[in-house]
Amino acid sequence: MLLLLAALCVSACHRSMDAVAFHDDGYPPKLSDWHVVEARDGVLQLNEGVVPYELNTPLFTDYAHKLRTIWMPKGVAATYSATDTFDFPVGTIISKTFFYPLPKGEARNATDIARTYDTSRDFAGQGLNLAHVHLVETRLLVRRKEGWVAIPYVWNADQTEAVLARTGDVQALTLVGDDGTRENFNYVVPDQSQCASCHARDWTTRAIQPIGPKARHLNRDYRYADGDENELEHLVRVGYLSGAPAPADAPRNANWLDQHASLDARARAYLDINCGHCHNPKGAANTTGLTLDIATAEDRHIGICKPPTAAGQGTGDHLFDIVPGHPDDSIIPYRLGSAVPGTMMPELGRSTVHQEGLALIKAWIASLPGQCVVLH
Amino acid sequence: MRKTCTLIAMAGLLAACGHQDNATQSQGDVSFESKLEQQLLDAKPGSVIDIPAGHYSLKRGLSLRTSGVTIRGAGMDKTVLSFKGQVVGPEGLLVNADDFTIENLAIEDTMGDALKINQGKNITIHGVRIEWTDGPKTTNGAYGLYPVKTQNVLVEDSVVIGASDAGIYVGQSNTIVVRRNRAEQNVAGVEIENSVNADVYDNTATKNTGGILVFNMPNLSQEGHSTRVFHNKVFANNTGNFARKGAAVASVPAGSGIVVNSNDKVEIFDNDIADNQTANVIISSYFSTNYYNTSGVAADYNPYPKAIYVYGNRLSGGGDSPDGLKLKTLKTAVFGLTGKFPDVVWDGYADPKQAVNGTPAPENRICIQDVNGVLDIDGPHGYKNPSTDTKPYQCTLPKLPPVTLSPEPKV
Repeated sequence: MLLLLAALCVSACHRSMDAVAFHDDGYPPKLSDWHVVEARDGVLQLNEGVVPYELNTPLFTDYAHKLRTIWMPKGVAATYSATDTFDFPVGTIISKTFFYPLPKGEARNATDIARTYDTSRDFAGQGLNLAHVHLVETRLLVRRKEGWVAIPYVWNADQTEAVLARTGDVQALTLVGDDGTRENFNYVVPDQSQCASCHARDWTTRAIQPIGPKARHLNRDYRYADGDENELEHLVRVGYLSGAPAPADAPRNANWLDQHASLDARARAYLDINCGHCHNPKGAANTTGLTLDIATAEDRHIGICKPPTAAGQGTGDHLFDIVPGHPDDSIIPYRLGSAVPGTMMPELGRSTVHQEGLALIKAWIASLPGQCVVLH
Repeated sequence: MRKTCTLIAMAGLLAACGHQDNATQSQGDVSFESKLEQQLLDAKPGSVIDIPAGHYSLKRGLSLRTSGVTIRGAGMDKTVLSFKGQVVGPEGLLVNADDFTIENLAIEDTMGDALKINQGKNITIHGVRIEWTDGPKTTNGAYGLYPVKTQNVLVEDSVVIGASDAGIYVGQSNTIVVRRNRAEQNVAGVEIENSVNADVYDNTATKNTGGILVFNMPNLSQEGHSTRVFHNKVFANNTGNFARKGAAVASVPAGSGIVVNSNDKVEIFDNDIADNQTANVIISSYFSTNYYNTSGVAADYNPYPKAIYVYGNRLSGGGDSPDGLKLKTLKTAVFGLTGKFPDVVWDGYADPKQAVNGTPAPENRICIQDVNGVLDIDGPHGYKNPSTDTKPYQCTLPKLPPVTLSPEPKV
């Protein structure tokens, strides 16, 4: 019943929302200046033409839930690529809202949020039910003539507006587990320059790009207002994407939680989205000789028996990035299991340890054959 | 300790590992940090960001992505950016830009690397102090001054103290001058790694684990060669190795003066090298790091040091207390209880593929002059047949040309 009411509200309020405004210069002070997503009547609403999407396996950000959207001006479309980020036209606005469900049975306060994978209470139609969620930040990636620009906005305490935060923010929050366990942490909103730490996939050109909108991440179903549909097909149908093959012919990363997918596929999908934006042949971490994107061969390039290059304390006294069969002797899980700056990997974007992701990578390494025989 | 540290950090207490940390940000610090971040974001080519004298406490790593920017303090002891209790890393300052100059300021107590410049050309670091103020500790950040994948780089008149890896580390770079710096109490004082055309001169390296290192590691974007190490003071680098195991420098024995590992065309001359208790000069191969394995190392990697030329240095003391049981035992076996290693120790690994009648081709030889002796420790056979014969090193090599920075730095 609530859902129905909310859904009615969403369609009703669309009409009262101004059209999406693309700003080709500067940094508008409020998120609502863009009219992409707005908090209205207890719902974070998506404007007309703003299409939500999800990734097969997402980046871990301190257990935050994310609402991702794409909007494009009329008459233009992104060009499909099988391997890279789609080539989006000038005028594209991608938004990503980071939020948490509120702990069950707890009244809203400034710090407590739920640590859960359950998204069932998040939504009101295509938008977010503000009675059940706590909005932290909304990041925009805006495709201007000169290239993509990252613009961070932080939600106010009243959850009515997000304001420009070019220098980022640090918020002390508490994750509350289903079993009542509590974990205090600093939620870090990256500054605009740190956005590029991940989004500049090529550190020579330094151009930034969206990470998620690639065929292998979007090749999955989404529950749209008018029913379930493959995201690639949906984007083609609404005119936002051209040149895409049928989903069966497009690459697809595994969902890291899908127990029907192979351990290898789940682990590689996890490493791809969490590490591959830096650890690829052109990225920030190409100084290390360690590549973790989906295209990497499963040999020394992905870390098997590979000595670290500049890990510093991050070695944890281990000799190789991956020792097949021995996750506890391997550097990669050591760094995934740390929350200390300078030791932890990824370097940015989290202050907590992703226990379930860590368990996946450990299980994968435990399953790998071979050994590292040192030569003298 | 590691566990405790993780727990503390997860509890959000923002304590640096092992620090009794009470570095709190005043309101002034908070507004300073935010203003500096804003200046870095708003910088345009030609911008000069002046940071006045003062001690500023920062909680978040800084980054710069605009080319042509100068960051300038009022002096390495006057303008201090302290990252004690840092919450967001990993570096103190990360730069991904060309034509970058930083001068006359200090960066202290970063959780990770202090100043990392990742991909850029025309980089000048002048009069910068990097320090971990609690002295040598494994939990200190890894690198102090850290240009990597850079071209045309000058590091001068700077000071680095306490790095848990290398104080001044230039990696995978080309055309490099490192001069008039002081590196103390780091694991490696100065390290040139996988770099081409580097001049390292007029530096002082003391109280490190190893003074000045010229290394080639596997799996990286380029192999290094052509480094001149001259007119430096490299003495008493006897600090116990405090790097985490697995790091390349963790294999460096305490008491190492100048170390060449797997690098080619290295010329070491006119240095004052003294009192480094393992050896004043060490020439070694990647085999001796104990990390070499065929699965994890690129097949085309060459682990042998080639064309190494040591001459005209002033050497004294040292070699009297080598690090580690194996080397200690070897010293006693060859030189007796009160004896000491000679000025130069070579691990004895020579490229079998490149040998002509059992000796390397003339252009690949290790040539050593003006030393009191050379010890080949016979690493390939587990130190079984060490040799003090100096004949194999009696040769000369063509001298390397000086490095010319172009364009010349404006400092």
